Amino acid sequence: MAVSGTKTPVAGPQGDPNSLQASIKDAAMAAFLAGVLGFFFIGIRTDIAPGGLDLKMRWGAWIISILIVFAGRLLLNLFVYKTRRPVTRNLSIGLSGSESRLAQAGKVLKWGLFAFALILPFFFTTFFPGRDRQFIDLAILIMTYIMLGWGLNIVVGLAGLLDLGYVAFYAVGAYSFALLAQYLDFGFWLALPLAGLLAATWGVILGFPVLRLRGDYLAIVTLAFGEIIRVVLLNWYEFTKGPDGISGIPKPTFFGLELKRGEGGFADFFGIAYDPIQRFIFLYYIIFILALITNFVTMRLRRLPIGRAWEALREDEIACRSLGINTRNTKLTAFAIGAMFGGFAGSFFATRQGFISPESFTFLESAIILAIVVLGGLGSQIGVVIAAVVMIGGIEMLRNLGFLQQVFGSGFDPVQYRMLIFGLAMVLIMVWKPRGLISTREPSAVLKEKKRIGADMVAQGEGH
Amino acid sequence: MSTRTDTLLSVRGVETYYGKIVALRGVDLDVHRGEIVTMIGANGAGKSTLMMTICGQPQARNGQIIYDGQDITLMPTHEIVSRGIAQSPEGRRIFPRMTVLENLQMGAALVDPSLFDEDLAKVFKLFPRLKERINQRGGTLSGGEQQMLAIARALMSRPKLLLLDEPSLGLAPLIVKQIFDAIRALNEEEGLTVFLVEQNAFHALKLAHRGYVMVNGNITMSGTGAELLKREEVRAAYLEGGRH
Repeated sequence: MAVSGTKTPVAGPQGDPNSLQASIKDAAMAAFLAGVLGFFFIGIRTDIAPGGLDLKMRWGAWIISILIVFAGRLLLNLFVYKTRRPVTRNLSIGLSGSESRLAQAGKVLKWGLFAFALILPFFFTTFFPGRDRQFIDLAILIMTYIMLGWGLNIVVGLAGLLDLGYVAFYAVGAYSFALLAQYLDFGFWLALPLAGLLAATWGVILGFPVLRLRGDYLAIVTLAFGEIIRVVLLNWYEFTKGPDGISGIPKPTFFGLELKRGEGGFADFFGIAYDPIQRFIFLYYIIFILALITNFVTMRLRRLPIGRAWEALREDEIACRSLGINTRNTKLTAFAIGAMFGGFAGSFFATRQGFISPESFTFLESAIILAIVVLGGLGSQIGVVIAAVVMIGGIEMLRNLGFLQQVFGSGFDPVQYRMLIFGLAMVLIMVWKPRGLISTREPSAVLKEKKRIGADMVAQGEGH
Repeated sequence: MSTRTDTLLSVRGVETYYGKIVALRGVDLDVHRGEIVTMIGANGAGKSTLMMTICGQPQARNGQIIYDGQDITLMPTHEIVSRGIAQSPEGRRIFPRMTVLENLQMGAALVDPSLFDEDLAKVFKLFPRLKERINQRGGTLSGGEQQMLAIARALMSRPKLLLLDEPSLGLAPLIVKQIFDAIRALNEEEGLTVFLVEQNAFHALKLAHRGYVMVNGNITMSGTGAELLKREEVRAAYLEGGRH
């Protein structure tokens, strides 16, 4: 609805909590505003007519919109704004009470998800033989985002450096492999470490100028960096083929065996029947293992002095300096390692698609990856998994909601509304769980028994 | 009181600026091995700036800081700290989301890990309260416990010189006494050299062997703690509600 903007809760009246009169008065005011604002947007319709535009009044729609605003505002006044306790507070109390149970469930969930991810391709080939390719492809996509989320989590979640240009490293990784394959005939496995190395180098190159920046300023510069990389890829036509992109990127091989039909292929070598699904399963396991490596390295690093220094840096940079931590090197390693995993994921993306162009590395990608990390809970590995499954899988699920077309008419395409749903999901999570789904931080070292305290109980360490 | 006179830290004519604003106007002071030296002064006198200048953040524009025979004036902070100067910064600045143990691990970042358990036992002996809170997050500690943690974290780096910036800030008198007792014990038992910046002039001067008074970026008085406590100007300015 175009007029929903007038129903801002900020304007909630602060009068007598139970006064029906005040509520009605306020609702009438809102309705009046809706009427004024909606008059041109809803009340008048322009049609293209011969010789110009034809104005048509839509009194019915206008009056209905006013009534909706009046009734909605009245109901909100009576049951939300004017109740003694805000509804959201009740909800958040309920949620934070479940904090420890949530963390416990997270542990079980972690191993459950791992086991499921391990057998996932066979699960789909067995139970959904008709649609296995689609599902495994989706799983590959989700796994790529999980890996990107984990990579960015090192930079944003652990080291606390807000990076809005993470997609740049994804692009560097993808283009490194594509260009190495095109000009030097490199295969995937040879190019993979090089792509990671190149992305890490770019991470350091970005890191140097932004060492002294924090928070908003850092975010802006990284955002610009992400765009610069994309624009360079777009305009350096002789080298990168610009907007045409690079096609014919080689597929990964299984110890030198190509996953192809006929003589000398994977299926032929092992004496099994060729099936195109084998290639998807193979790709799935590659990204699965790459993601596991990312996770494993992150978990190990957290227990090492460097990882602890990252977290300390996030909490308080000045304290870090006073303890003799070299903050410059600590930040640069965070950028480099985060970028390296972005580069690995980029290489994988290139080999999976077989075709890349700068189109794939827009700011929206950075935003999605960052949203996955933030919604999952900064620094939480399992949170990133859940957020990636919900966000990436969620979009795909929208395509399958056929029943919505019966509700909203045949022209309704739920995918068109994905950004709206995204935004709504984000607002809801930020209202109820302002520090992400999993906001507990697992200590990296423990003596005797463990104790968990929700991050929301603790003052926020912004480290200015 | 210590009778040794060899100098551990010597500050000569140090001037520090924030942009164009002068914060220190040629400060001279000495800290000898095994001493507790305090610097008292009002808000904005430049006490904390001096503390931070010693750690190279910001660096002095003029003058020299000699530590243990070495010129550290223009060294990067992490190198200064790695030479054995530990600072418990103003406002404690513990890591709120990290546990007490992790905070202490951060303090020991530059020390051989095999010494960690020994050092941990030592700080727990000094501050038994921290041992009870070992797995608790820094941000959930009380103010006094946070101050203890900040000092303990600084001690974990096995310093030769401990810099304390207003350890009594915002703490109840009883807690202040506990913390000052701990500082005295450290000095007497371990021979640790301490440089203490304080607004709580009475406690600080009673604790310290020697003291300096800073006004507007200058050192105006110096002497033993007992001497300064008797001086009329000190009593008037810092001990009796700031009346002149």
